[in-house]
Amino acid sequence: MEARKVKMRGKIKNTVAQIKVLMEHPMETGTRRDEAGDVIPAHFIQEVICQHNDQVVLSVEWGTSISKNPYFAFKINDANPGDVVKVSWTDNLGETSAGDITLK
Amino acid sequence: MKISLGIMLTLVLTLGSICSVHADPESDRLAFVRFYTERFPNIDIQAHQDGAYALDAAKREQWLEMEEFPPYELAVDEGEALFALAFKNGNNYAGCFDNAGVGVKQQFPMFDAVSNQVVTLELAINQCRQANQEPELAYLSDEMAYITAYMAFTSRGNTFAISVPQAGVAAYEQGKQFFYERRGKLDFDCSSCHMTNAGNNLRAEVLSASVGHATHWPTYRFKWEQVGGLHKRFVECNEQVGAEGLAPQSEAYRNLEYFLTYMNNGMALNGPASRK
Repeated sequence: MEARKVKMRGKIKNTVAQIKVLMEHPMETGTRRDEAGDVIPAHFIQEVICQHNDQVVLSVEWGTSISKNPYFAFKINDANPGDVVKVSWTDNLGETSAGDITLK
Repeated sequence: MKISLGIMLTLVLTLGSICSVHADPESDRLAFVRFYTERFPNIDIQAHQDGAYALDAAKREQWLEMEEFPPYELAVDEGEALFALAFKNGNNYAGCFDNAGVGVKQQFPMFDAVSNQVVTLELAINQCRQANQEPELAYLSDEMAYITAYMAFTSRGNTFAISVPQAGVAAYEQGKQFFYERRGKLDFDCSSCHMTNAGNNLRAEVLSASVGHATHWPTYRFKWEQVGGLHKRFVECNEQVGAEGLAPQSEAYRNLEYFLTYMNNGMALNGPASRK
């Protein structure tokens, strides 16, 4: 199965970059049941790592309260055109995905 | 009493024409639009395509921020891929629509005199599948949402110019009747919220105008966490007033969509959209 989509947008304003990320993920809490009455297993992003030019600038621990297809925005200081911002995640089932953007 | 044939005929024709005259759709639409221009004199009629976000500045600001990176983008991408997929017989959706299905959503719904029914985009998609020996898509399925989201996206900016031919008048009138017919525990009709109370608050929500109701579908509702069609909203609205939600794409809802979309003639399409 190909990696889930990680769409990113970034804009620099006065050396501060506003980064927006849209991640494709079911974010199942593990408490919902399907039509047959069986529990739909928990499947959610557990860790998100954000890198600015290969340096980790932000790491986040997520749980089941984050909604499906999470939208996530954050700011990075000392950002310049040409910088690469990468966002990668790992979920509770060991799946991973990542996306990156080169700031203009 | 003796009446001459001539006078008899005149009487019958006059009575007949009084009984069969409903205001024509265009007169209905002008009155409909006038209601909203009078109720919201400072809001351009086209602005109502944004629904409640045309009526509340604070909500609009938050909504515009979300629109910078809209949640329906994933659905449009999926839809584009699905739309391009060939059926088992080698044909594809492009063969069923004008202009290969690009920028055609404003044609729907249309009245098909051959099958004597209102054909919505969703119905047309399934008719296309049926004609190509493919199983129909469930109307509330993700796949249907993705394909209609993609088709809406390519149709942005196009304007509605729905027509009501003579054969379609009955369906139009049924849709109009549904709009103004009270139902459910709350005994509301569509106009109770969207005309009489348009712009007012209903709990934490601002009620939107019906002019602009047809332009922005399908919609990503944060409440649904997914993209859904207009009929999904019809079901929700009906259930919210304690009435029975009908089947999506049932005749009653298709006729309602026909009436509603005609009322939105001249307005630009802006789907898919995000809504709370």
